[in-house]
Amino acid sequence: MDSSDNEQVRLLGKWASPFSNRIDLALKLKGVPYKYSEEDLANKSVDLLKYNPVHKKVPVFVHNGNSIAESLVILEYIDEAWNNNNNHPFLPKDPYHRALARFWCKTLDDKILPAIWNACWSDEKGREKAVEEALEALKILQDELKEKKFFGGDTIGLVDIAANFIGYWVSILQEIAGLELLTIEKFPKLYKWSQEYINHPVIKEGLPPRDELFAFFKASAKK
Amino acid sequence: MADEVVLLNFWSSPFGLRARISLAEKGIKYEHKEEDLLGNNKSTLLLEMNPVHKQIPVLIHNGKPVCESLNIVEYIDQVWSDTSPLLPSDPYQRAQARFWADYVDKKVFPAQKKLCFATKEEKESAEKEFLDAFKLLEEQLGDKDYFGGDNFGFVDIAFVPFCSFFKNYETVGSFKMEEEFPKICAWAKRCMQKESVSKSLPDSQKVSELFSEIRKKFGVE
Repeated sequence: MDSSDNEQVRLLGKWASPFSNRIDLALKLKGVPYKYSEEDLANKSVDLLKYNPVHKKVPVFVHNGNSIAESLVILEYIDEAWNNNNNHPFLPKDPYHRALARFWCKTLDDKILPAIWNACWSDEKGREKAVEEALEALKILQDELKEKKFFGGDTIGLVDIAANFIGYWVSILQEIAGLELLTIEKFPKLYKWSQEYINHPVIKEGLPPRDELFAFFKASAKK
Repeated sequence: MADEVVLLNFWSSPFGLRARISLAEKGIKYEHKEEDLLGNNKSTLLLEMNPVHKQIPVLIHNGKPVCESLNIVEYIDQVWSDTSPLLPSDPYQRAQARFWADYVDKKVFPAQKKLCFATKEEKESAEKEFLDAFKLLEEQLGDKDYFGGDNFGFVDIAFVPFCSFFKNYETVGSFKMEEEFPKICAWAKRCMQKESVSKSLPDSQKVSELFSEIRKKFGVE
């Protein structure tokens, strides 16, 4: 598979979106060059509508003219398409641990991310309950981490990539919301993981700048 | 070593059905354990094997649990890989299969649920959402025998369980499935000719009775 021409690998995304960022991280981990297009969701491009007619959302990944949408689907595709020479596999080989990784990715998207997002954007009335659910969600995630350095073991795996929101976005959003969700006191293991994560040499380069992300969400909070 | 395969399930669950059909496709013998969900009486085993969501289906293979229906189907395909492949081997085709199965979960399942439990006021918009969701699948199927092309596969398994509810949709909606979605209906008949599907699908009379019962509970019957 000739992937040396970066015109053939494209990512349509939004810089502030953790879902879009997952794909940046994955491509950087695999060392795949790509062309990035920033999408304006208020003014969707012809390409976005062409490559993701079903959901019309980002991220959208295009490889040799073939488009794929939905971040978790894209991540698995990238892992399978660039797997020669044991090039940083995101998933283990054995079926049970693969199933476990997929389960945690889905649980992140279906349960954990929404709980934290709701807590950070909740109004006075719903705040207490939303925060309780967010803390419960973080506990579940920490229980899964156990004593591992990353969810993938010694190296960054699929769950770590999918958990970029937890590793990076949560600290910014909770500060804006004036909440203490992921802290070293409340979740020491998960906090430690987040520090390993954002200081990982490849991940560090792939995450959007903190001050810009902070300003972006702070502006959204004011509306 | 003999494989020990247990499926924790609820008889009418479309998600559990995905697991049953996959096991049947591969010819795997397993023990089916019915959970008392209506009586709100989840077993200790279920709570132990799926502590995060406490939901069925759960596949327990040699004591180890696998949760989430599409995850279970992929697991079954990987472990029993020597027969009846459920996913294509090409990465792009696999991605497309995963995308459309995910579409069934994200768009089709909620839309059909909304329609089934819509109040009089909600009915019109629920019906539109349902028709839109199914229309995309009708287009995606096109003139193929199966969503997977020539062979029954992942997306077919993801969607076929909802066929047992088609009559229910007609009961609550103001449309006929055959008129709106002729290709899907033909596909459903084709799938029913497969033993793995026909032997796994629950009894349609029982499904209608359960449907009626739940709608009464919601106060929409």
